[in-house]
Amino acid sequence: MSLLSVRDLTVKFAMRDHTVTALDNISFDLAKGERLGIVGESGAGKSITGFSLMNLLSRPGFIDAGKILFRGEDIVKMPQSRMRGIRGNRMAMIFQDPMVTLNPVLTIGQQMVETLMAHRTLSKAEAEQIAIVKLREVYIPSPEERLAQYPHELSGGMRQRIIIAIALLLDPELIIADEPTTALDVTIQADIMELLLELCQSNKVGLILITHDLGVVSQMTERTLVMYAGKIIEAGRTREIINDPQHPYTQGLINALPQQTKPGMRLKQIPGNMPSLTAIPPGCPFSPRCEYVRDHCRTTRPETVQYAHVEVACHEVSRLHQENTEEQPA
Amino acid sequence: MKDIVDDGPLLDLRQVKKRFDLDQGFLETIKWRKGRVIRERRSVHAVNNVSLKVDRGEALCVVGESGCGKSTVARLIAGLLKPNAGEIHYAGERIDDMSRRALIPLRKKMQMIFQNPYASLNSRMNIQQALEEPVRYHNPGYSRAEIRDKVAEVMTSVGVDPSWSARYPHEFSGGQRQRIAIARALTVDPEFIIADEPISALDVSIQAQVLNLMLEAKDQRGLTYLFITHDLSVVQHFGTRVAVLYLGSVCELADTATLFENPKHPYTRALLSAVPQLKDDKPNHIRLKGEIPTPINLPQGCPFASRCAYANDRCRMEQPRPVQQPDGSMVACHAVEENRMVD
Amino acid sequence: MTMTTNPAKASRWSRIWNSNMGYSFRRNPVAVVSLAIFVFITAMALLAPIIAPFNPYDPAQIDIMNSEFPPVWIDGSDAQFVFGTDDQGRDLWSTILYGTRLSLLIGLCAVMLQAFLGISIGLIAGYVGGRLDSLLMRMADIQLSFSTLMVAIIFLAVTQAMFGSETFNQYAIYFLIAVIGVAEWPQYARTVRATVLAEKKKEYVDSARVLGFGPLRIMVRHILPNSLSPIFVISTVQVANAIISEASLSFLGLGMPPSQPSLGSLISSGFDYIFSGSWWITAIPGVLLVVLVLVINLLGDWMRDVLNPKLYKG
Repeated sequence: MSLLSVRDLTVKFAMRDHTVTALDNISFDLAKGERLGIVGESGAGKSITGFSLMNLLSRPGFIDAGKILFRGEDIVKMPQSRMRGIRGNRMAMIFQDPMVTLNPVLTIGQQMVETLMAHRTLSKAEAEQIAIVKLREVYIPSPEERLAQYPHELSGGMRQRIIIAIALLLDPELIIADEPTTALDVTIQADIMELLLELCQSNKVGLILITHDLGVVSQMTERTLVMYAGKIIEAGRTREIINDPQHPYTQGLINALPQQTKPGMRLKQIPGNMPSLTAIPPGCPFSPRCEYVRDHCRTTRPETVQYAHVEVACHEVSRLHQENTEEQPA
Repeated sequence: MKDIVDDGPLLDLRQVKKRFDLDQGFLETIKWRKGRVIRERRSVHAVNNVSLKVDRGEALCVVGESGCGKSTVARLIAGLLKPNAGEIHYAGERIDDMSRRALIPLRKKMQMIFQNPYASLNSRMNIQQALEEPVRYHNPGYSRAEIRDKVAEVMTSVGVDPSWSARYPHEFSGGQRQRIAIARALTVDPEFIIADEPISALDVSIQAQVLNLMLEAKDQRGLTYLFITHDLSVVQHFGTRVAVLYLGSVCELADTATLFENPKHPYTRALLSAVPQLKDDKPNHIRLKGEIPTPINLPQGCPFASRCAYANDRCRMEQPRPVQQPDGSMVACHAVEENRMVD
Repeated sequence: MTMTTNPAKASRWSRIWNSNMGYSFRRNPVAVVSLAIFVFITAMALLAPIIAPFNPYDPAQIDIMNSEFPPVWIDGSDAQFVFGTDDQGRDLWSTILYGTRLSLLIGLCAVMLQAFLGISIGLIAGYVGGRLDSLLMRMADIQLSFSTLMVAIIFLAVTQAMFGSETFNQYAIYFLIAVIGVAEWPQYARTVRATVLAEKKKEYVDSARVLGFGPLRIMVRHILPNSLSPIFVISTVQVANAIISEASLSFLGLGMPPSQPSLGSLISSGFDYIFSGSWWITAIPGVLLVVLVLVINLLGDWMRDVLNPKLYKG
């Protein structure tokens, strides 16, 4: 049985007099200890996916349909009181900005002890011992002293380590990390990613890594979902998606990176913008920006099909593949 | 107009320093230390003795991590800040001590593009007003029709439909706003553009659009760029030369190709190795000890010494000077100088 | 979430109606009722010369024999005086209409004066900064440490003594506007300065500076339009405060003379008769004053909720 299984999840936002669909029939599975990347640009719905998994959506967003099975139990139907027992305990979340995730008026120790004591029956001294062990696990120097410090006394990288330590406090089975390093510098980002990877591997923790950075996904995850306008448009093994993307959007995203073009030459750009959720085109959401578009793409929603090791939602994937293979020898 | 010395560099920064005082006002400087009242003024040393030259037609990229002073350099050149020491020359003229009025003619030549397209446009002005304002201000003689033509021309050149001119910034996406911000800078026909992280707030597919636009403008208008960024892949693509900044000092300055093929400064090496690579799944980066120290109390010696694997006593005591290498790059590092870095 | 698909040419009215502000207004019955009452009172006050059956300023229309008639729903009333008459025999309804007009006029003009002074000083202090900022803000602090009424009372009492009551009464309206206007500018100056300090850091200001624009242009064309929300919010509260201040001063006999009564002086003049049974001379204008100030404050509350930049991202 997979650790997490999402089935036909649809999330909507209630606007003044209508609703907009933010997530449209998302389905995916996560095995125990597996690392999954969710890639997409802003507005693709990747953060909303993360929040839905934690059942943390707040008004005006709501889960309209679908199931989120965590160890076989449906989170969507779970009462809040039971959900609180799972959240932070079996499942933990790491947010983007380490500067605002920690409560500035509580010491690191207070925050860690509080989290522990909310879920376990422990004495304060025992809780502190666990906190120190966890801080040591994330390579924080002199953890005993850190417990008495306030978040503002620590640098961004240090804070993100502490946030990871807090996420690991209760030995969760799943960590959802929403852009965990976007607010950090490159050299610090590399450190944090390495740490996260190491911890997930050694503790057999499942990881859902939400990011816009294909490089990070490529180094961190085993499988990847590519999202566009609230839909999963491509899913498969990370290696295959990076090396041989099938969906025109994924191809465009990878080809748009400056590394893929000779210095000084024109980058291969995707024209246009991600549609706003209030104006998602009928048919394939990517059709207005797609260079391989055909008439039926604009009217019919593409089904997800298995194609060349990956699952892809594109009408024209086989034609695309032929054209590309024809081009290559030339 | 003065004759412009064409053979010299377009922009020349000489030993520029900038510090920001943390304790403003007399009362804040008074402190209680070890039983005595003392006067102490703490300041952030954002830029320390930076010397850079930008030649016509090139794109100099300034890279570094947050807090390294790269944005301060941009703002010093743009005249938004005054340096505490050093000189800034533009086309042979010293500009850092000019008054605002004296700078007005220069404003037509030098423009700036900002990081956050959500904040760099005035949300209460529609696009037409935002673009007309600089044209009218710098060309008082223009007729209404001339102004309108100029605005339409610039909008077309950045790929924004002139029929959208009555819209307000909030009606546009981030990428479109950045195009409009670029258009606004181009309305005065500048020759030099300072771009402070112009694409880091944008999505990947939009970044490519904006970078392409900037490259096009470079070719068509013969622009010279000073491009501030933290993204090394963008540097490799866009820059002709790169300056790597660490704690307000230039640690390496080289041609882009040279720097990426053969980085010399230990910090540059660590920085390059930290970029997540798409197709290589073996993260093999050089781990740096600790994090960037605060620029409040600068170390006496090399600013990078506290995190450097090659640091010795000399590095901790004496600040390295930039030394020209055989391949033309300038590196400020004792270890490189002494050939101590054996891989 | 921004809507990028607005029809290009929506009329101004429908744009306002469909905007966030219009929407929240429609959804808020308190705001709708408050605005309706405020518009009604203002319209009546503005149309006073047309609506009012008598002109309280015209001595020829006043007959002392008509004094202290009760309102029509009480025995012993005279049908031509709906709300009864005051001690001088003036029709209370007409007097209230004219009085409200004066109160509103003084309130609005005083607030305009406050806003002008406060906004200019706040903009300069915030934008220029440094010593000038410290100087101006210390002035504001000093001013705020005196109560508005105290300053006004001293000023008005001195002027009254200097010019004599005859001249004072003639120019009372200007004195009131000036004193209420000058006394409360720090409210504006502080708010505007705080907004300017926040706006000044935004990149559009840097962009304007890089384009070479002068400080005046940046302040007026760029920063000021982006600082309007808090100005609107305090303006509503300040109008209510100014009306109250005017009423208090007039009640203390330092405001509008009995011959040209505002709501405050009406309440004051009726106060002498309240124990002789003629309660309506005080009570009716009193209720009107309370309602007027209340609806303005309710509107201000609503506006603060809508324009609060933390709740509403524009």
